[in-house]
Amino acid sequence: MLETIGVRSMEDLLVDIPQSLRLESLQLPAGLSEFETMAQVSALAARNRVYPDRLTFRGGGVYRRFIPAAVAAVTSKPEFYTAYTPYQAEASQGTLQAIFEFQTLIAELTALDVANASLYDGATAVAEAAMMAYVHTGRNEVLVAGYVHPEYVQVLKAFGEGRGIKVRKGVDPGKKTAAVIFQQPDFLGLLVDARALTQAAHDAGALAIACVDPISLAILAPPGEYGADIAVGEGQQLGLQPSLGGPHVGFIACHKELVRKLPGRLVGTAHDAQGRRGFVLALAAREQHIRREKATSNICTNHSLCALAASVYLTYMGPYGLRQVADVSFRRAHHLAERVARLPGWELAFPERQFLNEFPVRVPKAPAVLRKLARKGILGGLDVGRWFRELRGVLTFTCTEVNDARAIDQLLEVLAG
Amino acid sequence: MTEPLSFELSRPAVDPPRLPEAEVDSPGPSDVLPQAALRSRPAGLPRLSEPGIMRHYSRMASLNYSISENFYPLGSCTMKYNPVANEVAAALPGFAALHPYQDEDSIQGALELMWRLERALCEIVGVERVTLQPAAGAHGEWTALRMIAAFHDSRKENRTEVLVPDSAHGTNPASAALSGFHVVEVKSGADGRISLGDLESKLSPRTAALMLTNPNTLGLFEREILDIAEMVHATGALLYYDGANLNAFMGICRPGDMGFDAVHMNLHKTFTTPHGGGGPGAGPVGVKADLVPFLPTPTVERSNGHLTFDYRRPQSIGRVRSFYGNFGMLVRAYTYIMAMGGDGLSQASQDAVLSANYLRKLVENDLEMPHEGPCMHEFVASAHNLHDQGVRALDIAKALLDRDFYSPTVYFPLVVPEAIMVEPTETESKATLDAFAGAVKEIVGLARTDPQALHREPARLPVGRLDEVAAARRINAYLTGQSQDPILRWKAPSEQTAEAAERIPHETSC
Repeated sequence: MLETIGVRSMEDLLVDIPQSLRLESLQLPAGLSEFETMAQVSALAARNRVYPDRLTFRGGGVYRRFIPAAVAAVTSKPEFYTAYTPYQAEASQGTLQAIFEFQTLIAELTALDVANASLYDGATAVAEAAMMAYVHTGRNEVLVAGYVHPEYVQVLKAFGEGRGIKVRKGVDPGKKTAAVIFQQPDFLGLLVDARALTQAAHDAGALAIACVDPISLAILAPPGEYGADIAVGEGQQLGLQPSLGGPHVGFIACHKELVRKLPGRLVGTAHDAQGRRGFVLALAAREQHIRREKATSNICTNHSLCALAASVYLTYMGPYGLRQVADVSFRRAHHLAERVARLPGWELAFPERQFLNEFPVRVPKAPAVLRKLARKGILGGLDVGRWFRELRGVLTFTCTEVNDARAIDQLLEVLAG
Repeated sequence: MTEPLSFELSRPAVDPPRLPEAEVDSPGPSDVLPQAALRSRPAGLPRLSEPGIMRHYSRMASLNYSISENFYPLGSCTMKYNPVANEVAAALPGFAALHPYQDEDSIQGALELMWRLERALCEIVGVERVTLQPAAGAHGEWTALRMIAAFHDSRKENRTEVLVPDSAHGTNPASAALSGFHVVEVKSGADGRISLGDLESKLSPRTAALMLTNPNTLGLFEREILDIAEMVHATGALLYYDGANLNAFMGICRPGDMGFDAVHMNLHKTFTTPHGGGGPGAGPVGVKADLVPFLPTPTVERSNGHLTFDYRRPQSIGRVRSFYGNFGMLVRAYTYIMAMGGDGLSQASQDAVLSANYLRKLVENDLEMPHEGPCMHEFVASAHNLHDQGVRALDIAKALLDRDFYSPTVYFPLVVPEAIMVEPTETESKATLDAFAGAVKEIVGLARTDPQALHREPARLPVGRLDEVAAARRINAYLTGQSQDPILRWKAPSEQTAEAAERIPHETSC
């Protein structure tokens, strides 16, 4: 090859690099065989503690759910996972169609007009939605109502700082408010009055941004039904492993009036000369590679493969399967809530509030409780006092279809013991 | 061949899957919650059996080109082979089943992996620390700019401008603008490298940073990088490295040594995590000591062999993503680095440069080469020489698809007309490069003899060229209320008509 190029050595190809910059070698261990590599990586994996699904009662944004085997069977197809962003539409119809189906699934779930191809996660989805509201209204304050996931709010603040967007907590939108952001159910699992919050936002001329749990939408009124302008959320529960928090998938959907301000990729239908239907990247003129510094988002990819997992999951479940999953989780969590509230010294933190499958409970000596559970192989509730001073001593417990009745009994036995 | 949508394949007779029953005697949602809080009708999800699902997605998979089947010479995208061991590693229950809010004591292996990956990346790019939090390259760019802004703020300096070369990726100016900076463009000289004269005229006390990739997007090494760094630093500004082109010089030289203060990396390019049809990737950012206080929280810290997350970083720019980034991608990249070792990474970059120069040589008489070689890991050609035949870069791209090759990047960088940007990577064999060059030769020959034939390509793919202009028109009609056809999603034909007639409230409960 060097001969064809017409040089004598590799050095001749690297002549543009100043000699003073040249490196002797990297101070890294030498390469390993696959066998040795996997032995070392497996040893690291073995140093982590894996709690069984059925004995995991911790949520806070990432949940254990039953994942149908079909999900991994599809996402591990190399034609999907080793494909690039679908720039050349004719050679990327599988990816483009999968995204189009995902967009439709999210639009159906949220009852909004249009969803995009996905975003990185729930947190950045909230931040991107706030950016849309800022651009749409020309106002520079966003209001965070109630217990929105604290990490989402942190990300929102970091995003906002670059653009001069102020993040305020409260439920009183004013003339400067671009959007009211609420989470349904909230970070503690409690239901908020989404209709009233949406109305309050609209009365102040602001947009309403609903951050929703996709599985909850099998039960709860979707954002489109109560008039929210933008729905966002985290799709991890739709067939993705917890994986220490990622990669997961964010989603965003909106009314058609806001579509031109949607960040990220959008796929639409198109036809070829023979009239065959295909799929293409649409409205690219919004994006950074065309608009450069005038773009309202710098996003150039999405989490396609995670969105594919979510699509397979939702298609596997169908409307009634999803409802079943949500219903079972609801019943089990209410069963657990009723029983833990009877433990001495335990009480529901907000007994007057409704919840679905995650709820806060005030607990004597929370850290000791969690340690005791861990010793018995149970990943207990999440200590939310870590983020909220007023919630010290409060744990949120989660139940899903993976926590069978026997697992709930086991949990209660340890707590009572 | 095309595949119907899952929604079109859906049949009401398909039973829902068998799922666990509640097993507890507690009330259900409709017994407890007020009617107003409930969904009024079930979501319109498709109903398919498992065999139906598997066939549907298998057929869709067959409509894709992918690195597992095709050569993907996408300039700037570093489409190299994705080792399958990476996938196995990330799927180990000891990683995949970890809850992000488990106690630190119970995830020491995961923290150790993040720590070691950080150390390895520091060594490869020559920086002090790395944040693994950003989820993608553009996310990393923006994170770096936030840190640069925080650095200048901490010194009470009001620096409002970021300089970006005209050959830069579109994400550079977008990330800078989203970080609150005004973008100033710096011109390239005739040799394809940044013009030092223009740079000098644009640098000022307002300059916060220069964003640069080296080798640049033309695949050329900025020979005067040390002078550039000195000029930038002399004005008190910082130098940011766009890591899109890191694959050119691992083990050969390092951005940190060139004077870059912040460096982003794409694990999905250089470190073989798969692209997934457009993500998930990961875009870690490395920084020199001056920027360390501003890293996103949490960082991973190690003391006496014990690893912890450090959330107490008062000068931090905050959090840029929930949890700790795309951990699963970090596992894949770490596995790759372990397998390659320092020697292997260095060899990989040398092979990437060799492949690019070899392929460049093979096609230099077929396409225009606007800049002199040697190139680094990629080169930019131009189809401008076929202008008289009415053949454009797009035609070459589509014709390559018909010959089983994915297309190179076309129309980028913007500074080259009819640009065709080719990055072969180190994982392609000489035989593949030869075959690709042969295809280019054949296509260029066809352009000279029968250019019309090229306009009809691709003809062997599931669909021919799709009419994006007509699609855009239809989208516009939908968005402005002149059409009910939503284009950006599927809707049952009957539903479209119904909505057009009147919005009928649905009372069915699920």
